[in-house]
Amino acid sequence: MLIAITFYLMAFTAIASAFMVVASRNPVHSVLFLILTFFSAAGLFILMGAEFIALLLVMVYVGAVAVLFLFVVMMLDVDFVELKQGFLTYIGPGMLVAGILLAEMILVGAAYFAGETKTVVPTDPNTSNLEAFGDVLYTQYAGAFEAAGLVLLVALVGAVVLTLRERKGVRTQDAVKQMSRTREEGVELVDIDPGQGLG
Amino acid sequence: MLIGLHHYLIVAAILFTIGVFGIFVNRKNVIIILMCVELILLAVNINFVAFSTHMEPVAGADPIVGQIFALFILTVAAAEAAVGLAILVVYFRNRGNIAVENIDLMKG
Repeated sequence: MLIAITFYLMAFTAIASAFMVVASRNPVHSVLFLILTFFSAAGLFILMGAEFIALLLVMVYVGAVAVLFLFVVMMLDVDFVELKQGFLTYIGPGMLVAGILLAEMILVGAAYFAGETKTVVPTDPNTSNLEAFGDVLYTQYAGAFEAAGLVLLVALVGAVVLTLRERKGVRTQDAVKQMSRTREEGVELVDIDPGQGLG
Repeated sequence: MLIGLHHYLIVAAILFTIGVFGIFVNRKNVIIILMCVELILLAVNINFVAFSTHMEPVAGADPIVGQIFALFILTVAAAEAAVGLAILVVYFRNRGNIAVENIDLMKG
């Protein structure tokens, strides 16, 4: 009973906040609702017994991706009023496509699982979710794991390369130029006659 | 009341639909579209984890693999968000707005 209440609470929060992501007028609110969606999805994962993915979701999404979104939304000086103008124009086709998609998916699910309620298969209580995860990830999927790291590296370098810009007219320190100076071109010894000054 | 596999699948289906709906409806703001892509990927992740945790162990198929694929999806989604937002920042720097309707200069 408690599990059912928790499930419906999490599921309702996730769906309602996902809808608010789309419908909210202010992009900052959208990002905050996205955080709420991911947080309740993490709750659903915990409910299913996938603790590691749930904590990963909180760390990666709430901690990194959502903050990145928030950062960009606040950095871009966008006129919020005109952002929503197309909303009513496209709501018809949008609803149509979304309705058909949802009906199809639920029909397929209902046809497949009609009359049977499959619940969570209990795992071996001696091994934790994290242990089982690592056992497979670092042996069978070690190559894919390395590839995932490579994807992140490429994304990191790509983001930096895309957004880096060299400004003209800014005096910056050129280390090579500084260090390639020799004593001959930097220092001049002048013999000044007394009372004459430097000519 | 028993919470079964189909409960989770329906939640994932609704989240997926909201994501697709958001992409259709938003014609002014690319950031919302990126967030909708994240919602869609989250729905896929819920499906993966639900099937993984509801699967009876069979010889030669470890149920935990579903969660490992969810991890990979999470990785790709994070990379996609980073690159997408970087492109968005560059676009805003060049054009001064982020309206989707204006990204058809080449009329392809």
